[in-house]
Amino acid sequence: MARITLDKLAHSYLPAPKSDDDWALKEMNHVWEDGAAYALLGPSGCGKSTLLNIISGLLAPSQGRILFDDADVTHAPTTERNIAQVFQFPVVYDTMTVRDNLAFPLRNRGRDPAYIAERVQAIARMIGMEDQLDRKARGLTADAKQKISLGRGMVRRDVNAILFDEPLTVIDPHMKWELRTQLKSLHRDFGHTMIYVTHDQTEALTFADKVVVMYDGRVVQIGTPEELFETPAHTFVGYFIGSPGMNVLPAQVDGTRAYIEGAEVPLAHGYGALSGKVEIGVRPEFARLTAGDGLPVKIRRIEDVGRHKIVRAEFFSHEINIIAREEDHIGADRTRVIFDPARVNVYADDWLVQGEAA
Amino acid sequence: MDKTTNHKAWFLVLPVLALVAFSAVIPLMTVVNYSVQDTFGNNQFFWAGLEWFREMLESERMWNALGRQLVFSATILAIEVPLGIFVALNMPKRGIWASVCLVLMSLPLLIPWNVVGTIWQIFGRVDIGLLGYTLDKLGIDYNYTQDAVDAWITVIVMDVWHWTSLVALLAYAGLQSIPDAYYQAAKIDQASRWKVFRYIELPKMAGVLMIAVLLRFMDSFMIYTEPFVVTGGGPGNATTFLSIDLVKMALGQFDLGPAAAFSIMYFLVILLISWVFYTVMTNLDKKGG
Repeated sequence: MARITLDKLAHSYLPAPKSDDDWALKEMNHVWEDGAAYALLGPSGCGKSTLLNIISGLLAPSQGRILFDDADVTHAPTTERNIAQVFQFPVVYDTMTVRDNLAFPLRNRGRDPAYIAERVQAIARMIGMEDQLDRKARGLTADAKQKISLGRGMVRRDVNAILFDEPLTVIDPHMKWELRTQLKSLHRDFGHTMIYVTHDQTEALTFADKVVVMYDGRVVQIGTPEELFETPAHTFVGYFIGSPGMNVLPAQVDGTRAYIEGAEVPLAHGYGALSGKVEIGVRPEFARLTAGDGLPVKIRRIEDVGRHKIVRAEFFSHEINIIAREEDHIGADRTRVIFDPARVNVYADDWLVQGEAA
Repeated sequence: MDKTTNHKAWFLVLPVLALVAFSAVIPLMTVVNYSVQDTFGNNQFFWAGLEWFREMLESERMWNALGRQLVFSATILAIEVPLGIFVALNMPKRGIWASVCLVLMSLPLLIPWNVVGTIWQIFGRVDIGLLGYTLDKLGIDYNYTQDAVDAWITVIVMDVWHWTSLVALLAYAGLQSIPDAYYQAAKIDQASRWKVFRYIELPKMAGVLMIAVLLRFMDSFMIYTEPFVVTGGGPGNATTFLSIDLVKMALGQFDLGPAAAFSIMYFLVILLISWVFYTVMTNLDKKGG
């Protein structure tokens, strides 16, 4: 097990990258602490898989270094890094039995047969395939195959890290939950460093101690699920996490007041002069419909999702989402929106601005 | 639901029936016809029953030709399949060179059989052929028109040259369908090159390889033009394969009865071997699943 350090790491798939857009992965410095469970969250094409493949050595970075503890492994081949990786689509060796599949990584490393048998048994119990050990992997369902892939990823106890590349995509929802729970308990038991790539926020937030949000080849925020929810460091994090995402509205900010299309919104903190594109962000959970003060909005649609209602409203041409409690009555007179001042974040050029105490 | 009866529909199938009748059924029945009759000329035929079949089954000549045929087919399969896989494994996976390779590989497949025969016939000649002349100058005693072993080697090398591409292209298609993740997983599992081949590439190629083997077997079992052009079945009967022998019998000696019986048995043997092969392979496939 090891601490993984990314030092000025960047990658481009082009031989001579010129503009910023040519970099699939923009320069980053980051330390993955030993034994922590991370989720790497971001939309498709944001560079998550690229980063993962660089860590596992399937891809050599265009620049920068990767350190495992203090050893530079930037150009070390995958086999020397002693890493396990589970891919998005199940990779099983069709002609082998389930047992041989699970034993494969250990046998290739010349481990003792008794040890191998014991590990295979333990992993089979974990993925619930003990009674299928002797059947051929071919012809199993996609779920079962992916469970074998997961098992093969975890069969080695001494790996530096286990990387998961959207491993639960093909698994059905019920099983997803179960496997995620198992992964988590495995992490607690053995303390492997785990990096879990996903574009599913629920998966990321339930699996990880720390979530790393990536956007457009950049790490935009690293934090606990709570931090990501309450104080998104970038408007993208606000938009990507939460359902629906954070409301982001262009505004002018003056001290402890923000103005949206001329309408005043009180803030909990004071802000100095801001330059660039200024916006305020507030989560639908902290917006409320009232009959009194607030921004006059036009309600377009109300979606009842069971636990709560999502109100889709419009203020000038800006969409504002509001989450109302199930028992809230939304009458014709409720045409104004107020925000909880303590929960309003201010962004300049998409990045969060820390306010001073008011 | 009631079905309406409309016999007019039969007219719609008639063209196909007519076509198949003239292209396959009638010629085949003519052969069957000859195989059970005898003639002394004048277009007069007498019923011979299974006499020709019996004669053919007892004929040493046919058994020898069948033996040569089996050795030939087995040899070229044993060379072309591994060689084709080897070539496919070493072809570039993408980029301009992949296309160049594909085009070069397809070239031999596009050359007509008798042209291939002529190319090798000239290529191997000791007086004017590049190969024959070079070998002769190097002091190697090579003459495919007189030495049976040389004739065999020439015919086999020619077939390998002509058809290995087919196996290679099919194997290549099989390899191309393997997602990158398999190779990446193998690296992470620290699998050796051999294990990657044995557990990833070979299983994924199995389907197309089966087709390749079947095609090459049937084709080589019926081979006629190329050895006929190169050696004419000689020296002696050394490279007289089944169809060469059949043509000699039917057109050279004009023994229509025995030749017809021979043809039918030939046809049945190919059908039988192909069927057995296919069944065994698909069963193996199912057992794996």
